[in-house]
Amino acid sequence: MTKKVNLTIDGNQVSVDEGTTILQAARQLGINIPTLCFHEDLCVAGNCRVCVVEQEKVRSLPASCATPAAEGMVIHTNSMKVRLARKHIVELLLSEHNADCTKCYKNGNCELQSLASQMLTGDHLFLDLVPDHQYSIDKFNPAIIKDDSRCIRCQRCVRTCEELQNVSALGVAYKGNLMKISTFFENPLFEVVCTNCGQCVNRCPTGALIERNYVDQVWDAIYNPNTHVVVQTAPAVRIALGEALGLPPGKIVTGKMVAALRRLGFDSVLDTDFTADLTIIEEGHELLSRLRSALVDKDPKVALPMATSCSPGWIKFIEHTFPEYLPNLSTCKSPQQMFGALVKTYYAHKRDLDPKNIVSVSIMPCTAKKFEANRPEMRSSGYQDVDFVLTTRELGIMIKQAGLNFENLPDEKFDSVMGASTGAAVIFGSTGGVMEAALRTVYEVVTGREIPFEGLNITPVRGSEGQIREASLKITNTVPEFHFLEGVELKCVVANGLAYAKQVMQNVKDGKANYHFIEIMACPGGCLGGGGQPIPTNPEIRAKRKEAIYEEDMGMPIRKSHENPDVKQIYKDFLGKPLGHKSHELLHTHYTSRKRY
Amino acid sequence: MSDTTLKRVDLIFGEYSNEKYKVLAETIKRPNEEIINDLLESGLRGRGGAGFPTAMKWKYTAQAPGDEKFVVCNADEGEPGTFKDREILSRVPRKVFSGMAICGKVIGAKKGYVYLRGEYRFLVPELMQELEIFHQHVKKLGYDFTIELRLGSGAYICGEESALFESMEGGRGEPRNKPPYPTTAGFKKKPTVINNVETFVNVVMIMRLGPIQFKLLGTKDSRGSKVFSVSGDTPIPGIYELELGMFLDRFVEEFGDGDTKAVQVGGASGFCVPRKKFSETIIGFEGVPTGGSMMLFNSSRSMYNVLHNYLDFFEEESCGQCTPCRVGCQQLRKGIVAVKKGEKSAHYLDQLMKLSESMKITAKCGLGQSVANSFSSIVNNFKEEMIY
Repeated sequence: MTKKVNLTIDGNQVSVDEGTTILQAARQLGINIPTLCFHEDLCVAGNCRVCVVEQEKVRSLPASCATPAAEGMVIHTNSMKVRLARKHIVELLLSEHNADCTKCYKNGNCELQSLASQMLTGDHLFLDLVPDHQYSIDKFNPAIIKDDSRCIRCQRCVRTCEELQNVSALGVAYKGNLMKISTFFENPLFEVVCTNCGQCVNRCPTGALIERNYVDQVWDAIYNPNTHVVVQTAPAVRIALGEALGLPPGKIVTGKMVAALRRLGFDSVLDTDFTADLTIIEEGHELLSRLRSALVDKDPKVALPMATSCSPGWIKFIEHTFPEYLPNLSTCKSPQQMFGALVKTYYAHKRDLDPKNIVSVSIMPCTAKKFEANRPEMRSSGYQDVDFVLTTRELGIMIKQAGLNFENLPDEKFDSVMGASTGAAVIFGSTGGVMEAALRTVYEVVTGREIPFEGLNITPVRGSEGQIREASLKITNTVPEFHFLEGVELKCVVANGLAYAKQVMQNVKDGKANYHFIEIMACPGGCLGGGGQPIPTNPEIRAKRKEAIYEEDMGMPIRKSHENPDVKQIYKDFLGKPLGHKSHELLHTHYTSRKRY
Repeated sequence: MSDTTLKRVDLIFGEYSNEKYKVLAETIKRPNEEIINDLLESGLRGRGGAGFPTAMKWKYTAQAPGDEKFVVCNADEGEPGTFKDREILSRVPRKVFSGMAICGKVIGAKKGYVYLRGEYRFLVPELMQELEIFHQHVKKLGYDFTIELRLGSGAYICGEESALFESMEGGRGEPRNKPPYPTTAGFKKKPTVINNVETFVNVVMIMRLGPIQFKLLGTKDSRGSKVFSVSGDTPIPGIYELELGMFLDRFVEEFGDGDTKAVQVGGASGFCVPRKKFSETIIGFEGVPTGGSMMLFNSSRSMYNVLHNYLDFFEEESCGQCTPCRVGCQQLRKGIVAVKKGEKSAHYLDQLMKLSESMKITAKCGLGQSVANSFSSIVNNFKEEMIY
């Protein structure tokens, strides 16, 4: 049993497990101590000092986030001394901060701003230091903007990039008054190893790291009478958008989201789920074809294990970190980009539209998708396949701008064609979802039978945060075409968060792991924890989103990608067969080896 | 000896034996408890400035569970006005290494490091030479302990023990949260004793003379002698080993130029004592502690300039990690300029005084908590010089 320690906080006795911090102990008592650099997902830094408390018989004020509770401690969280010290600290932060809130993207969703308003900092105790600093702003990146004048040096972003993602694109440079968050040789973000995953954006307490927003450009397209604006929505948006509009986490708002998009004026409201299903068909057949090459043709050059390619943060990561494994990536484009390529070809044809007049918008839980849409290879329709990528947060802003009463909107259905979805596509939003969806289809293709898991729930591959999930599936009683797989034990691995992705790839590289199929999502928990999702994020919120995703899957009438009617139709009308000529032209891509420095 | 003469001693630099590493050879034969008891009895407190009882530090580290432990000598002498560790290391490095080796025996460490200030790189050849001799001797004694030199890169903050460990581990020199303290999680998160250069020499001295002899010097709270770095407006700047616990007026009588208006005790992060308080100020842990720096200022000096200079230093040398130190130093510097120029009223100094009090209690590390000392002591005592 864990040892207990007893302490007193604001006159309340509390007994907590040894190792519990003063901050956690206070929260157990329902006492809220303000914090800034503290974040549930990250290691303790203790550098902002906002959470200081008074400890009897101790001269200095300990930071409650960093100080473990000890037997007999007597703590005051709101004494005169504490209040003044905290006010001073917030005032100091403000004096270095470009507090031009009305010009800030995070206005209204800023932790510094809410602390400032709590502490009645209107009278500004100290001198303005902003003019003394030569702050720079990096807006060269299509996905993320870094504005040093808004930075409070809490280092949440640095810890995120290092601990969660193992990328360390962001680090601390200089010291003293010049100390700043910077990159390798202070290069702009787009020239360093940054994967655009946006996890730093999710955790930045101020407006120092934000997504590049395209809200106005999308409005312009909507109001342009000569354009036909198509919107696609990613699986993980529908279970998180509610949070951006004041609803509790874990609420499924698919129907209301469709209704809202229609009311915003999009000409056609379609679903990325459709191309998620299409990805499964293409990627599943790609896996089977690689396995055939390896097992039947004994081709020594075939790249196995095969890794998923849906997560653009992961793609840029592997391009920088393990470029020698680029052939192992599935050549399938991500569902967003498949969708984009089809909108300006197949959809344009079906609806008799000139693709040059189509503006294709996507709503993504992701910032890396903004970068992905801008990749030079993503123009296979002859135009930029996806014109604008909005995050879940940006859609939230548009809905607020339009004055929609989101909660009271009716539930509406996606348009057709390219609007049909399955449960398999929905679970793309959670770690392990692509694997599960692929197995539901691949197993059936190979054996002619449904995968033998109750309710099609392949729980062994459902990933978890902070975990590398390995599973294997024995294939028996194959159909004649796939006899070469008879008795094969298909080995899969699922990882989320780039720190774990790196471990998986390192294991592969070191020969310690022998997989056939690897699913990697760049963000903790998968897309549901994506860098474009509503702020704040923490393990509890992500757990609720995950529940919602699987709930949505269970509620879908069709739960296997190959049964998606729109998918069946597109193969019949347009693509021919999986991995066919048209598919290669529109749905597959190639990757670029990038340097680490 | 007249009343006005300070008791000068020559224990730190003095040669006591022709036989090299004699004290070490004798001490490592003694039981650990006995060594710790001697240190406890001697009342030795750390010479870096903070004054933590050395015996306790060693005892806690000895008791801490850990498969590997370390001894680190803090030779990152960066406090403005301090230059005594340089002298110790260049004249009696043998005593420093002996003290470290004794510590290694007591706590169960096989490895010691000297973290040397980057600007003291010129000492490296001599130190390496002496280390070779030291390693030969410990080998002869059949004792497994080696010492390695590590060089800093010029950051003041790396003199703070946990920032020093970060720097040694290849990280950015930023202080860590405490607890855990170095006694349980220091270098490489292993139990570590980190002491100032002079402290290790004091240990050797106590082992040689015994705690009773050591205790004859100094006062109840400040036992023994101390090496002082005397600079500023004095006809005789230099390094002096003096008994601890002296009154400042005695010190000024000896070292002043007859016109001393203030003494900055303990360097830029220490306290400024004005003339009217010389007679009541004790140099020691019961009064104003110091890591050795004593800067004298005569009436030709502007205390505003002195303070501005210190604040400039801290503004640049704060690691920048925690808010009170990083931003507080900028505010204090900019604030006194604004008052001097008349852009802010004299009352603004009161606001800054409150800020300095907050800085002292909220900064993350010991250095951050002391950067405002010079501000509050100079502004309190020389307010008119700040304004006019």
